[in-house]
Amino acid sequence: MPTLTIDGQQVTVPEKTNVIEAAKTLGIEIPHYCYHPGLSVAGNCRMCMVEIEKAPKLAIGCFTPCTEGMVVFTNTEKVKQARKDVLEFLLSNHPLDCPVCDQAGECWLQIYYMQHGQYESRMMENKIKKSKKATSIGPHVNLDQERCVLCGRCVRFCDEITKTHELGIFGRGNREELDVFPGKQLDNRYSGNVVDICPVGALTDRDFRFQVRVWYLGVQDSVCPGCSRGCNIQIHYNRNRPHHGHGRRVARLKPRYNSHVNQFWMCDEGRYGYKFVDAGDRIISPMLRRGAELQMATWGETLAASAERIRAVNPSQIGVIAWPQLTNEELYLVRRLFVDGLGCKNVSFSVPSKKDGGGDDFLITADKNPNTRGAGEIGLPIADSTGDILQAASRGEFKLLHIFGHDLLSSGLDQPLVESALAATETVIFQGSNSHLTVDRADIVLPSATFAEKSGSFTNFEGRVQRIHEAVPPLGDALPDWQILNRMARALEMGWDYQGTEHIFKELAENVAAFSGLSYCVLGDQGELLGYKPTNEAHIPTEPVTTVII
Amino acid sequence: MNSSPEHNKRDYGLWQRTYVPEVFGGLAITARHFFVNLKNHIRRLIGRKDAAPGAVTFQYPEQRRPLAPRLRSLHRLTKREDGSPRCVACMMCETICPARCIYIVATEHPDPNIEKMPEQFTIDLGRCVFCGYCVEACPEDAIRMDTGILEFASYTRENMIYTIDQLLSHETAKPDAQDTQ
Repeated sequence: MPTLTIDGQQVTVPEKTNVIEAAKTLGIEIPHYCYHPGLSVAGNCRMCMVEIEKAPKLAIGCFTPCTEGMVVFTNTEKVKQARKDVLEFLLSNHPLDCPVCDQAGECWLQIYYMQHGQYESRMMENKIKKSKKATSIGPHVNLDQERCVLCGRCVRFCDEITKTHELGIFGRGNREELDVFPGKQLDNRYSGNVVDICPVGALTDRDFRFQVRVWYLGVQDSVCPGCSRGCNIQIHYNRNRPHHGHGRRVARLKPRYNSHVNQFWMCDEGRYGYKFVDAGDRIISPMLRRGAELQMATWGETLAASAERIRAVNPSQIGVIAWPQLTNEELYLVRRLFVDGLGCKNVSFSVPSKKDGGGDDFLITADKNPNTRGAGEIGLPIADSTGDILQAASRGEFKLLHIFGHDLLSSGLDQPLVESALAATETVIFQGSNSHLTVDRADIVLPSATFAEKSGSFTNFEGRVQRIHEAVPPLGDALPDWQILNRMARALEMGWDYQGTEHIFKELAENVAAFSGLSYCVLGDQGELLGYKPTNEAHIPTEPVTTVII
Repeated sequence: MNSSPEHNKRDYGLWQRTYVPEVFGGLAITARHFFVNLKNHIRRLIGRKDAAPGAVTFQYPEQRRPLAPRLRSLHRLTKREDGSPRCVACMMCETICPARCIYIVATEHPDPNIEKMPEQFTIDLGRCVFCGYCVEACPEDAIRMDTGILEFASYTRENMIYTIDQLLSHETAKPDAQDTQ
């Protein structure tokens, strides 16, 4: 554990920590391009120069390990001049593309130029034109060679993280170019990450291209609902300029650092899987079947009708298929309402998918639901599997089926069985966000909010409980599922009065053993494992830890 | 601030309250202006250069006041040599606009060296405050407020919304800053 001095402040860091990381713990930012904490050190951008006492020359912060008694200066005139000179070289062939470049606003060339450059251009030569401009090099990524600063982060990502080796740097000197290897495409399952780690606008997102300028975006921390890994993400949303990005409120998802789950990365499936939030098939109003067709109705009418039909049947004649896309809080309310409240025994939640989830040994898991573990811990299913419930329904044993979210008619379930179950059940209540085949068969439709429109928590497959936050308000008349359940319980006169998800989570932690000791404060922004045991009171963080800046 | 009618009431003296004398006072002022102007115009007309100039009325709209060259008038979008808009939809003007009256939708330009262009470029002049920040912010000299057009009042709000085609069709004002209409 060497102790060193950086800009007059002493800090003790673990063995082999480099100067950039040590400075970060003191809140000192050393500018850098090629260094990335999730990748190997390349040391080629020369931006992270620092002055070290008794060293003859400036040294790069990324490749200099901290040693005992080291005295580092990050802000001397010599260092500032070095940064300025490096920037001058990097920008000598950089095009003046900022107005059309999607990276503008989050570009480290812009940021560091404003902080450390600010020189008059001395470039008298013509800029070198590179061959590829605005070319797609894969299904998700666009390449612009002129904007590249040749830091090689993307190359190292493909070599070290995905080990797919699509990218390389070719040529020499000022003709050096980043490119895909001949005949290859950047089409691995994590290709979107190269856009995040590219410090400039060389690699940009095709999905996000020209959609919204980044300075219009708001940021909300959340968790990816794409699979049971529960990668930490940021939802970048655009609420103020609806004419941008085709009216999509959620503009993009970005990975958020969590050392326990996804480090710095996320998969493409999750990254581009948010489109359902603003899709045209969103259900925006409660609906009731009047005659042959579903007609729009008010929440009051719909909930009254639901409560009336639930009351009219024996609890043993109710089948409930919950949804592992629901948060812990909502699944707890499903249990409270149907199992504890009504005494219904037929509650399941998992529905097999038609195609294989295709899990891998990195982030992607085969289970495409973020909260399967949570549903299990909360005590669902009560009795049987979804197949058994549908079997019973098709035999006419159920009068009412409450389906959350699932599209049973396009699932991996036996389709004739689903058909006959839906046909044999008197009342089908559907509660979900997007319209699909199963919704058309429902008698009562309750529109619910998507993950981006509600707060709560998911439990990933390892048992890590992580929070999601509301980024945009629910579309149309939709409501978060916990509010729908709360209102329904009130319509059934159960005397519920939940004021928010924190209220529910508190009760959940008190009543479900696996969640005991957890609270929103304990979860923070990095989540906490089930079976959490506080070591002492002081350990509990009172406010979320600040997000790590890469 | 007290703005009740009571507060705004002035105290009138007896002379004012008798009313008729004040009417004649007003008439006298108007008549004085009339005769002084008449005198000045006549003296100018007969060639007395030392005479004070008489008050001038522009016969608007047949006759217009000369406009200052830096006057901010109705916007126009400038064009490239091939007639396409210079605008690259960078959203600088939309971002700086304090009235939030610019609405741009970007799309791909067929030429990869230009990359980006506006699919829609709409200015809601009903909201515009004519601050000229859009012109200042533009890195491409794609928007200017030099058309000299000042008369674009309308009976409907919809007619105050100018689309990209209208904005491209506007020309720069003539050297005397008169509009081209």
